[in-house]
Amino acid sequence: MARLIMILRRFGQALPTLVGIIVVTFLLTRALPGDPAAYFAGAAADAESIEEVRVMLGLDRSLPEQFWIYLGDLAQGDLGMSISTGQPVLTEILTRLPASLELTLTGLLIAVVIALPLGILAATRPGSWVDHLCRLIVTAGVSLPIFFTGLFLVYIFYYLAGWAPSPLGRLDIFFLPPPHVTGFYTIDALLAGDVETFQAALAQLALPALTLAIFALAPLARMTRASMLQVLSSDFVRTARANGLPPGQVLSTYAFPNALLPILTTLGMVFSFLLGANVLVEKVFAWPGIGSFAIEALIVSDYAAVQGFVLAMALLFVGLNLAIDIAYTVIDPRVSLDA
Amino acid sequence: MDRRDLLKAMAVTGGLLPMLKYLPASAAGREGTLLVVTGFGPNSMDIQRSGSNRPSYQIAVNLYDRLLTYGRSERPDGSISYDYATLAPELAESWEVAADGMSATFNLRRDATFWDGTPVTAADVKWSFDRAVSVGGFPTVQMRAGSLENPEQFVAVDDHTFRIDFIRPSKLTLPDLAVPVPIIINSTIARANATDDDPWATEYLHRNPAGSGAFMLERWDPGQQVVYRRNDNWASGTVPAVERVIIREVPSASTRRALLERGDADVSLDLPPRDTSELIAAGGLQVTGVPIENCVHALGINVAIPPFDDVRVRQAVAYAIPYEEIFRSAAYQRGVPMYGATSPTPSSTAWPQPFPYATDHDRARALLAEAGLADGFDVPLAFNMGLAQWTEPTALLIQEGLGRVGIRATLDRVPGANWRTRAMVDKSLPLHLKNFGGWLNYPDYYFYWVYQSDRLFNSMNYANAEVDSLVDTTLHMEVDDPDYAPNIRRMIQIAMEEVPLVPLWQPFLDVAMQTDVEGYEYWFHRQLDARPLRKATD
Repeated sequence: MARLIMILRRFGQALPTLVGIIVVTFLLTRALPGDPAAYFAGAAADAESIEEVRVMLGLDRSLPEQFWIYLGDLAQGDLGMSISTGQPVLTEILTRLPASLELTLTGLLIAVVIALPLGILAATRPGSWVDHLCRLIVTAGVSLPIFFTGLFLVYIFYYLAGWAPSPLGRLDIFFLPPPHVTGFYTIDALLAGDVETFQAALAQLALPALTLAIFALAPLARMTRASMLQVLSSDFVRTARANGLPPGQVLSTYAFPNALLPILTTLGMVFSFLLGANVLVEKVFAWPGIGSFAIEALIVSDYAAVQGFVLAMALLFVGLNLAIDIAYTVIDPRVSLDA
Repeated sequence: MDRRDLLKAMAVTGGLLPMLKYLPASAAGREGTLLVVTGFGPNSMDIQRSGSNRPSYQIAVNLYDRLLTYGRSERPDGSISYDYATLAPELAESWEVAADGMSATFNLRRDATFWDGTPVTAADVKWSFDRAVSVGGFPTVQMRAGSLENPEQFVAVDDHTFRIDFIRPSKLTLPDLAVPVPIIINSTIARANATDDDPWATEYLHRNPAGSGAFMLERWDPGQQVVYRRNDNWASGTVPAVERVIIREVPSASTRRALLERGDADVSLDLPPRDTSELIAAGGLQVTGVPIENCVHALGINVAIPPFDDVRVRQAVAYAIPYEEIFRSAAYQRGVPMYGATSPTPSSTAWPQPFPYATDHDRARALLAEAGLADGFDVPLAFNMGLAQWTEPTALLIQEGLGRVGIRATLDRVPGANWRTRAMVDKSLPLHLKNFGGWLNYPDYYFYWVYQSDRLFNSMNYANAEVDSLVDTTLHMEVDDPDYAPNIRRMIQIAMEEVPLVPLWQPFLDVAMQTDVEGYEYWFHRQLDARPLRKATD
């Protein structure tokens, strides 16, 4: 119960941030160079039809008036129409955000599963071949541009070996999307009991998720290694060892849980990086995610779409930070939400 | 949850690590289905909606009928192109122009029905035409080009007879009926979904096409794919051979190429010129490149900004451009050169045609010296980042060429969204790379948009009284009029001498296909007409 109240309080604290974001994105989009009315009136439009489009978009009104209308729509949950894709912004976000999240979370999961053991092994055996391997992977992950990794994987696994399915987005052309529940195709397919579609969705997911994982591996592995090294040299680990506890128990019960905190912080940061880095992966794998939507919208000054995207991301990060803060309190009783 | 539970939960998740399993790339069930990969997809099912992007035009082409279409002709290399010189029946099985040349009467097919089974009537045609000239924006502008301006011009004589009254006789009116814009919409459905605020049902038709075309819409996942299903009752032409056409958006050109080379995609659109020339060299695929009619990639010179008000400076620029290098390394030779003509006068009435300029630095320097600019000058060279594939390398090469004669150009990279405002509306770019293509294939139509004073695409601020009057008198004139050819030659002659626009090359429309895909046709609207396509294996 106490925790629930704290969570609610944290949401309350996030409100000013959200208000700030709404105001700033509204002003920033208006400050973008370019005239959306001229752009969307089409190639052959004359001054008259550009003016018609301007009126249709409501851009002929004063800024405060536009902002007031925007607030009113927002209060009703209406994010407006994206003129570049011709869809309501809310629909776009609701279909594209799960696609991005599914990809990002899978990538992150793969990264965690590889990076944590690697970092721990490297820390327990400094200077050994595992440590060198860790260093190699970290260097490669940091220095390879993400679109290069993506195209490279496509070239190897799809073009040459033919193991991966065609990089055509979330599902091969002969599958229909599973009934919408969470928006995650893999989970929805399982909920519908459709194993074939699940496998197809997973197969499409494999290469792009791996691309993201390679990118995310580096900071995670490095942080795990550093954090473990520090904890392993601390007094309580020495005491545990001196008391004759088996090395496995020392590692899993005493060292690792205490090293988790900085790893978790890094995880949160890597997650936000990944959502941003998605754009390039989305382009290579024709993934209908939120990143490419936002970039396209930005290029053509599609105000409603940009505002909606930034707002959705802001909400996501408020939620994410909260989740991480709560996770801290679970891992380490010394941390409290009040702090 | 406390910390022990969390650690336990983490251990369990670790154990459930999903096994990554790859499916074989070969997919079954492809018969009768054509998979097309493209860089950009449509953002509307309605070409007449404001904000509809260029890929939306293919919806109008494949899902709707027009009254007329164009004939077909075979090009010298064996590929098939539409033929702008002949009109052919689509929904109208026949038509005649009145003796006084002031109206045309169309007889509609009696067996033509919309997808829902209701017959296509002249009332539907009237409603659709009224809509096209009334909704504003691009469709209305395009209709106006054919002198189709107000609803009173359109008369439903009886159920199967439709008449257009002309406001002036024009050679552009009938051809304008065969461009993608004047689609025939099922007016019963559209009217049922119209509201007071939206009398033309733009919101409904944006998502739900209602036509009589060769394909129906099976599904549209915006940003991902469009799927057409064949309309077996299509009356306005030969029913398509393929049952389904899937058009998938694949933004990365490299991925599109991999899909094609692996044999997973049947047709790939939006090929970068470099990929095209490499695919041709590699062999094993069909690559069709047809010069885009009435279109030219060019350097625009703003005559309102000194020193370009001096024709000698413009000519100096035209002589300083490294044409050959540009054609080789920016166009990858996917086009027709538009430079190096040997005669200083136009050789024919064809447009575009090579201009009498070639790289000649001495001549450029001499012209600059004559204009009192022997020391050169500084100037920004602007190009559209949205078209960076050809504009960026071209701009770099032009910058280098200009540098050789003392003109110090700096590159001005303009984002796609700003391009229109800066180049077309403000007309404030001294040197800029531009491309314009006219749908209706007449030189005077190109001049109307690009060379006539104050036109939107006249980003050069060019104003010449003789050109203006030549365009006005020629625009609606029939091509067999004795004055037509001399007028066109004179226009081109002036354009060559005064060079507000330095043509570089006429680009190709490149499409790569598997060898078993047959029936591809080039169309001026540059969209894929899926109706005549078939697969040899089917």
